[in-house]
Amino acid sequence: MTLLENKSAEIPAPREITTQPRRSDQIFRGVVTLGGMASLVILGLIAFFLSLKGVHILSEEKFAFITESRWEVLTDENGNLVESTLGIGAMLVGTFLAALIAIIVGVPIAVLSALYLTFYARGAAKKILISLIDLMAAFPSLLYGFWGFFVFMASAEYWAKLLNKYLDFIPFFDVPAKIFERSPFVAGLVLAIMIIPIVTSISREIFDQTPLDRVQAAYALGASKYAMIRAVVIPYGRGGVVGGAMLGLGRAMGETVAVYTVLNIVYQVNWQVLFGAGGNVASLILLKFGEAGPYEVDALMAAGLILFILTLFVNALADLLINRFGSKGK
Amino acid sequence: MTLDVTPKPGMPWEVTIKQRAVTGSLIAFAGALAAAAVEMTGLSGKLGFAVSFFVIATGLIFIQQLRMRNLQAAKDALLSSFAMLGIVLTLIPIVSIVSTVVIKGYKGIQPGLLFKDMALNSVNDPIQEGGLLHALVGTVLMVLGALAISFPIGLLTALYLTEIRGALARPIKFLVQAMSGVPSIVAGLFILSSLVYPVTKELSGMMGSFALTILMIPTIARTAEEMLRLIPNDLREAGVALGATQWRTVSGVVLPAAKSGLVTAIILGIARIIGETAPLLLVSGGGDALNVNPTSGAMGSLPYYIWKAFLTGGTEEAFARAWGGMLVLLAFIFILFGLARFLSGRKVG
Repeated sequence: MTLLENKSAEIPAPREITTQPRRSDQIFRGVVTLGGMASLVILGLIAFFLSLKGVHILSEEKFAFITESRWEVLTDENGNLVESTLGIGAMLVGTFLAALIAIIVGVPIAVLSALYLTFYARGAAKKILISLIDLMAAFPSLLYGFWGFFVFMASAEYWAKLLNKYLDFIPFFDVPAKIFERSPFVAGLVLAIMIIPIVTSISREIFDQTPLDRVQAAYALGASKYAMIRAVVIPYGRGGVVGGAMLGLGRAMGETVAVYTVLNIVYQVNWQVLFGAGGNVASLILLKFGEAGPYEVDALMAAGLILFILTLFVNALADLLINRFGSKGK
Repeated sequence: MTLDVTPKPGMPWEVTIKQRAVTGSLIAFAGALAAAAVEMTGLSGKLGFAVSFFVIATGLIFIQQLRMRNLQAAKDALLSSFAMLGIVLTLIPIVSIVSTVVIKGYKGIQPGLLFKDMALNSVNDPIQEGGLLHALVGTVLMVLGALAISFPIGLLTALYLTEIRGALARPIKFLVQAMSGVPSIVAGLFILSSLVYPVTKELSGMMGSFALTILMIPTIARTAEEMLRLIPNDLREAGVALGATQWRTVSGVVLPAAKSGLVTAIILGIARIIGETAPLLLVSGGGDALNVNPTSGAMGSLPYYIWKAFLTGGTEEAFARAWGGMLVLLAFIFILFGLARFLSGRKVG
């Protein structure tokens, strides 16, 4: 028989069974893992290089860099440094103030429109509205800035005057002089308009994830839409919406061009939001950069480092909240 | 005995024509009242009308629901009024922005715009002279440069998160999210401190590309990750079951299936950075002449062109020029967005 006759033929050794990935897979996994680390590396490099340039300013000025509200550099005729007082206190206050106004005005509007998109809008209108809002989130800040300056400023000024007229007993709404143009209030409103699309899309996504069985259970018990939203959607989405608001806060704090265009940047601590003077850290960097000497550039790097850390912190918090509450519910 | 009439199923929850008519007439009445309020009292202008109209209409509907039905229904009506208000307030700026740019921008559009640069012209010259060729070329070069770096990195990050799912997947996802929050000015400062001052000592288009890369990577990584997650796991399992290695499965099955999704990621990444201004002001300088060499010399860009025309001009021509540039930029964003919608609307695979 043929089988027996071929006995002398060589039988190939059985393939070695192993869980060891092939060479190609090892390379593939290595490359992808390396690439995946890029965000870690880049964030690390940003922190490293900004510190490298800025840390000597921080160690010289110490805590005053954050609390002091003056930015003065004196140089002699050869350009050597004589004296300097560098502090970003006023700009930090301005950053928080404008971002806070943006949040207070923007988030309620964004949440309401997210509710509308999720529970009221239907069919084609819903799709069009969602694309419009996504599109708006992609508009460059330059556009918001100049639109804010040339178009929006007039109406914002009108509201500022109204607020000042009727609510000037509240210290925030008082003004030392009747200058309402280019105030932190206007900048805050422009920032609010910028963050509304972002917060709207995040809130909408969170509301969309509300478990359908709970929604249907509420309806089956005879709840109206309002009762259902209050009993099911809000408790479920609260954390995620707060996270979305924090994300908006982070964007509002780091915004440069829109604030630079709209705001009248003056180096003083200004709590009176309707008065036309203020600033924020990012716009300070842009403003001072053009004429800055080497020492001042280092100080701007330090300011950038502080801004970087601040926004990183806010974003981290936002991410934590969105993921903690967004995917699982309470 | 049989029923000779089949009972028709009723739909008591449907809004009847009568109810619609009542609501409509209430709204019309509120409009009339608001108009009267603007005439009689201190309220004035469109804003006064809008505010009083909203308050009166909401109040009327609330009272009507309260009288016809109960408090629950009235609260429900209140919430839907406010939700409507929210979406209207969200949409007003977008309508205003787009119409402003179109109305003011079309004056700045002229036939030579795309073929001439500003080397011999100032922003205050008549609008027929000069153009934005240099800015367009600069933006395209810088965006392509940024894309060439950020697409591989973004894709690898997305692959790490979806295919390898290593131990670090969760922290990496978090870091990508954090990176998307890096202020654009910080990206500019980073390139200045790490490359421009110590290495090249010169502003150039390439530095602009690097700065834009930092802003582009998170967008691409996140979109690509979402798109890769849409690929059904069956495809991966089928690939492995046929004896393919993971590398062959990813390169031969997963990536081709996700092709349109990855193009969407690229497009959204471009849309994210095409209007970025702050980092370019710091690192790419701003040329007025055409410069096609990204490694040396200041390079113009569309945002810089707009920026300069607004801030250094002051004449009618300069503003028309700036809004014209803005219109071109906005047109780009619209086209990119339309493309992304079109591509991601198609079925995967």
